[in-house]
Amino acid sequence: MPIVNHSQNIIEIKNVSFSYGHNQVLRDVSLNIHQGDYLGLVGPNGAGKTTLLKLILGLLVPDSGEIRFFGRELSKCKDWSKISYVPQKATGFDVNFPIKVEEVVLMGRAAQRGLGRPYSLEDKKQARLALERVGLWSFKDRLIGDLSGGQQQRVFLARALAGEPRLLFLDEPVTGIDQASQEEIYALLRELNRQEGLTLILVSHDIERILAEAMHIACLNQTLVCHASPAEFIKESESGDILGQNLRFLSHYHHH
Amino acid sequence: MSILDIFQYGFMVRGLAAGLIIGAIAPLIGAFLVLRRYSLIADTLSHVSLLGIAGGLLLGVNPLLGALAAAVLASLGIEKLRTSRRIYGESALALFLSGSLALAVIILSVGRGFNTNLLNYLFGSIVTVTAADVALMSILAVIVVAVLGFLYKELVYITFDEESAQVSGLPTKRINLILIILAAVTIALSIPIIGVLLIAAMIVIPVVAALQLRQSFGATILYAELFSLFSVVTGIVSAFYFDLSAGGMIVIIMLAIFLLTYTIKSRPAGGPKL
Repeated sequence: MPIVNHSQNIIEIKNVSFSYGHNQVLRDVSLNIHQGDYLGLVGPNGAGKTTLLKLILGLLVPDSGEIRFFGRELSKCKDWSKISYVPQKATGFDVNFPIKVEEVVLMGRAAQRGLGRPYSLEDKKQARLALERVGLWSFKDRLIGDLSGGQQQRVFLARALAGEPRLLFLDEPVTGIDQASQEEIYALLRELNRQEGLTLILVSHDIERILAEAMHIACLNQTLVCHASPAEFIKESESGDILGQNLRFLSHYHHH
Repeated sequence: MSILDIFQYGFMVRGLAAGLIIGAIAPLIGAFLVLRRYSLIADTLSHVSLLGIAGGLLLGVNPLLGALAAAVLASLGIEKLRTSRRIYGESALALFLSGSLALAVIILSVGRGFNTNLLNYLFGSIVTVTAADVALMSILAVIVVAVLGFLYKELVYITFDEESAQVSGLPTKRINLILIILAAVTIALSIPIIGVLLIAAMIVIPVVAALQLRQSFGATILYAELFSLFSVVTGIVSAFYFDLSAGGMIVIIMLAIFLLTYTIKSRPAGGPKL
């Protein structure tokens, strides 16, 4: 069992704001993510979930505020190899891209292998372990475009795991894929978090499901509306405290 | 006339050598451009090179140096425009393509004396390849192969998924820049041999043909190489025996191969879903 220090912050977001042109997407967001956390980042369409993720990943730069990674400012962060990212499937990749499943998973090892160095036996071993974890080792020589949507998403998860990250970001990982694959992905994420202490940040609009999976819920609607455990979240939302804040999208889960 | 007659002519041997060198490096660069939906950059850089050639002829500078300078500068400008995200990638290409062609035409209308010379650059002239050209192309080939080989795993990653590659910490911007500069240099140096109008075809068509076969990344490059080198040899030999344009023949043979691979492997778009 790895030692997980839940009191140690891996990510500290302080007063972050961001606009696309004149269109403000995020306003004064502050959020800490601690080691071993399983954070569900929820909110309606256009709430800025993916934008916040891209800010944390350094793909976008905040207009104001600060993001620290492992205690260092983002631009000075040298720990990118500890971070893996499973992009939103909808952003799409070219299904005709001529590449085998194993080649895709090996990419998860590229940065830490170092510039200009070919993949080593260790890289191939980690790629194999990752593919076995998602149950797709027997598909290693298939072209990625020939797999089903659910299988493709599991390959991207395997690519993220092959880098042996301490922190895993997932952007709508189960959107548009079959039920069986969804269950497999959630079960694997649970296992990674609970048994191996992997920190997870999962963007989703399926609040009901996230409440059952995550350790903490962060609701975003341009600004951070709440940050609580699922139990607190349910209590508060039933008393109407957070639902008042333009968050009617949440209310549907009461009916279940 | 026997089939071996071609080797009695030094200019044909040099032409074949230069053609084979271009045929070998063009698909290597092409693979990374085509898969990024960036095929048009080859066309754009070749037209920019024409501007460099026209400028060189006007100023009395070696036209090849002019082409090289223009293509490399334009490649930097295009990459900057593309990453600024204020302009779509393909719009940036259109701006450079039409702009450089317009400037080239104006320069040509100023100095009417060298128009015949220019025709050689439009369509290339394999028969006028010198030993120095072959040597220069060989050096270029070594550099291109070495750099692409060195950055192979990074280039594959960036081509497949640039965003994730960037998140993982790869220097994507610098690698993109290296690729586009290699493309610019290859195009500029190939122009006297294959011509402004056909160099883009050599970069793009063999790769598009190989993609129809749906193989792994490495196998796709190997097939593209095979198609490219076969087209160069058969194109030049047939041009020699039937007195036709070598560049034109090479490209037509490449297109025939593409049609063949396309029909053999015709399949519903997106491939079969399991």
